[in-house]
Amino acid sequence: MSQHNKTDIHVSLRGVTKIFRGADGGASVHALGPIDLDLKRGEFFAVVGPSGCGKSTLLEVLAGLSEVTEGDVRFEGKPIHGEVMDGVGVVFQEDACFPWMTVFDNIAFGLRQTQLTSSEIDKRVEQALAMMGLTPFAKSYPAQLSGGMRQRVCIARTLVLQPRLILLDEPFGALDQQTRLLMGEELLRLWRETGATIFLITHALDEAAMLADRIGVMSARPGRLLDIVETGWGADRDSRIVETEDFGKITAHLWQWLRGESMKAIARSGAAA
Amino acid sequence: MTFTGLLRLLVIGGLIGLIEILCRVGVIDNFTMPPPSRIALDLWRIVVTGKFNAAIVKTLSNAATAFVFAVTVGIAAGVMIHAAKPLRHALDPFFATYYAIPVLAFYPLLIILFGLGDAPKIIIAFMLGVVAVIVNTLNGLDRVPRVLLKTARMARLSRFATAIKITLPSATPYVLTGIKFAVAYALIGIIGSEFVMSTNGVGFEIAFAYNNFDNATMYPLILLVMIVSISINMVLVWWEKRLLSRRGLR
Repeated sequence: MSQHNKTDIHVSLRGVTKIFRGADGGASVHALGPIDLDLKRGEFFAVVGPSGCGKSTLLEVLAGLSEVTEGDVRFEGKPIHGEVMDGVGVVFQEDACFPWMTVFDNIAFGLRQTQLTSSEIDKRVEQALAMMGLTPFAKSYPAQLSGGMRQRVCIARTLVLQPRLILLDEPFGALDQQTRLLMGEELLRLWRETGATIFLITHALDEAAMLADRIGVMSARPGRLLDIVETGWGADRDSRIVETEDFGKITAHLWQWLRGESMKAIARSGAAA
Repeated sequence: MTFTGLLRLLVIGGLIGLIEILCRVGVIDNFTMPPPSRIALDLWRIVVTGKFNAAIVKTLSNAATAFVFAVTVGIAAGVMIHAAKPLRHALDPFFATYYAIPVLAFYPLLIILFGLGDAPKIIIAFMLGVVAVIVNTLNGLDRVPRVLLKTARMARLSRFATAIKITLPSATPYVLTGIKFAVAYALIGIIGSEFVMSTNGVGFEIAFAYNNFDNATMYPLILLVMIVSISINMVLVWWEKRLLSRRGLR
């Protein structure tokens, strides 16, 4: 069991549905739902699903970047109506570093929009730099860093705001397998240190199986939750769990679900083409 | 110095040297064009005597005024038009065909409206530059990665703060291209207007010297205009290179 208190509900989704209306009378797309889900405070929840199943849409709904068509989304009991809530941070799949700012300024960006004093901002940024192993690169520009380091800058920029809910949209999608495993370990360490609730979107079954307490399996579009798998890992886990028999069983179980859904998604995209 | 820089210097030096030789051996008549070394000496004389300082100051201050207006209005209009999609769609064909309009043809009308002072010249130079700034600003804003806008929303920035802190800095390399055009158009607009109908400025002095067969004044002033324009552009290109290399784009 994790050290976090996982009894109270941190985020709740009830009947969440998202339909994209077609522009100029075009066909509507039912992207998501209905979805019912509770995230417990401090848990690490991952979502896997076939391409185009609405995983990122679900994350944007939780982030307040997209409004639901139907249903109710609550964070700490307060409804999210397509607006960003205090205490929610997002790390996107794409490189979201500001290329015109140094690493230090990138990490300080969110803090500078708050009422914090500059000395407090400097202190927090220096802590974040140290936590992410970026101190020697504080004055570097993102273009001088590798893809993995740039993603670390984005994670630091989110963590420095001390969010209580961290949403990660395939944050390691552009990285090679070894870097992904190591970044996964770093993420677990940060999760343990911050106590935040983490909601991770990923297409990598092994990543979900290694990192999460629970894994939600989504159907092909419109994305619904088909199953929620409990991994049963301890909070002190690291990438070595990929060597265990249970890890293989979990990924096999996830693949059983996803194989059919992925084929449906591929068939649909083929028909559309 | 890099090989490219050396090659560039050789090409320019070679061309100037070739013209110098052609003038010296009489292939180019000295009445038509004096040798480049003579033009350089004449320019030095003009600068030292300060004979045309008032005209130079007049032209450069008018060009600077037109440039500042074109850049300020162009960037602000670019940001506003980008935010208003229907307006963007309505204006796009106008922007695409704008430079087919000979703006200088409006000069007589502007003189009738504003008199023979500086205003018509500044308006012409402004009209030439502003659309280049708008178009390049729009081009840059179109290319702002969506993820940066999402990041701005997560930081709960207002639309104005997003424009100032995210979209404009992201679009800066493109905006800078517009600014480079604005420099060139400001000088072209002012000097061109002074050529057509004016009582002062470098363009007027060049035209006056031309009408009086005064090559010892005309060519050095043309060289001066070239030096000023190229120097400003070189500073902007250096700034652009620095920006792009920071972003890993050069």
